[in-house]
Amino acid sequence: MQAGAVAPADYLLHLADNALVLGQRNAEWCGHGPALEEDMALANISLDLIGQARLLYQHAAALMGEGTTEDTLAYFREAGQFRNYTLLELPHHGPLAGTAAAERDYATTIVRNFLYSALMLLLWEALQRSADIQLAAIAGKSVKETRYHFRHARDWLVRLGDGTDESHARTQAALDHLMPYTQEFWSVSPAEAEAVAAGAGVDARAWRQAWDELVNDALVEATLQRPKDGGHVPRGKQGLHSEHLGYVLGEMQSLARQHPGASW
Amino acid sequence: MPGSLAQRAWEVLESIPDPEIPVVSIRELGILREINEDGGQLEIVITPTYSGCPAMAQIEDDVRAALAANGLPARIVTRLAPAWSTDWITPGAKEKLRRFGIAPPHTLPSANVVQFARRAARDTDAVRCPHCGSDNTTETSHFSSTACKALYKCLACREPFDYFKPY
Repeated sequence: MQAGAVAPADYLLHLADNALVLGQRNAEWCGHGPALEEDMALANISLDLIGQARLLYQHAAALMGEGTTEDTLAYFREAGQFRNYTLLELPHHGPLAGTAAAERDYATTIVRNFLYSALMLLLWEALQRSADIQLAAIAGKSVKETRYHFRHARDWLVRLGDGTDESHARTQAALDHLMPYTQEFWSVSPAEAEAVAAGAGVDARAWRQAWDELVNDALVEATLQRPKDGGHVPRGKQGLHSEHLGYVLGEMQSLARQHPGASW
Repeated sequence: MPGSLAQRAWEVLESIPDPEIPVVSIRELGILREINEDGGQLEIVITPTYSGCPAMAQIEDDVRAALAANGLPARIVTRLAPAWSTDWITPGAKEKLRRFGIAPPHTLPSANVVQFARRAARDTDAVRCPHCGSDNTTETSHFSSTACKALYKCLACREPFDYFKPY
């Protein structure tokens, strides 16, 4: 890896947007958790994720210049400019026809946190050796936090999967719904290819086997069946999102857009 | 260098309490890293605990206010690497945490992430109750009043308590 390299801004935004969008999604449980302890757990996980996003946005903003700040990146970009995995913007329930809204489903929340934290455990670990020393420093903090996110999600995956008939069925349905979206982890975007070439990023494909082992081991313990790979490969990290991201951003950005520059 | 600017800054800053856990200081927690002096210019280096810790802005404000109150203008630098660790909390501060009712963190396990993940649900080391000293305790929730703590209960004295997780 080349010393002193910096990651392309688009790669930093991919990592930052992942953390922000999932942090915002999980924060929807604040005040609505299935138990008080889980309400607090999800809020704390969101706090970590949004903290990671802030560090990454600050780093990206310094590289981008021209008045860019962490706030302009979080609050004043449109859905098509976000670079997060599509998986992370989906609502906390399974697929529905039309525009129907449904009750939040905790199994969906847990399965998504599990699939994503298993990946980030491996990627943050590797990114500690990034040639971009600021990104490496952020990875060094994030990996410590992701350990606890993974531990939380894996624990609940097993409790729900190997739980009652109802919790098992809902967890299996969530897995069937979400697993295909993880195919995006293993496709390479132009920003990722550029980051890897600069020695600043990691090629997630090198970690696929390790991810499979983490996932499969937990699924066996949870008595869940892993769905077959295949189907559509989402491209959220290239700015092609599902219809759901706009709603997430609408809620998250409205205050900052109505009161630009406000502080409290 | 008695009486130097850096010496005076240490004296001013080392007793600043942590905003969340005021029984311990930011120096004892390992948040206040370095005080450098170069040509009469002071540089204070602090490091965040968790990425999203909401106390960090408060800590920076407290540092700035304490320096200003003592006529010590300084630049405050936030440094991320090496990442803060609970292993940096001094033994004295761990004892203060325990007396405050928070079980202090165990030493950070050296296991890599995959090893950690494999035994994720089975943390084997007993966490000692800060109230009665019993090892007969159980984890209620991985996260508690803050991200850095887990919620436990003691099966001997029946009291709930927070455990400062290794980071």
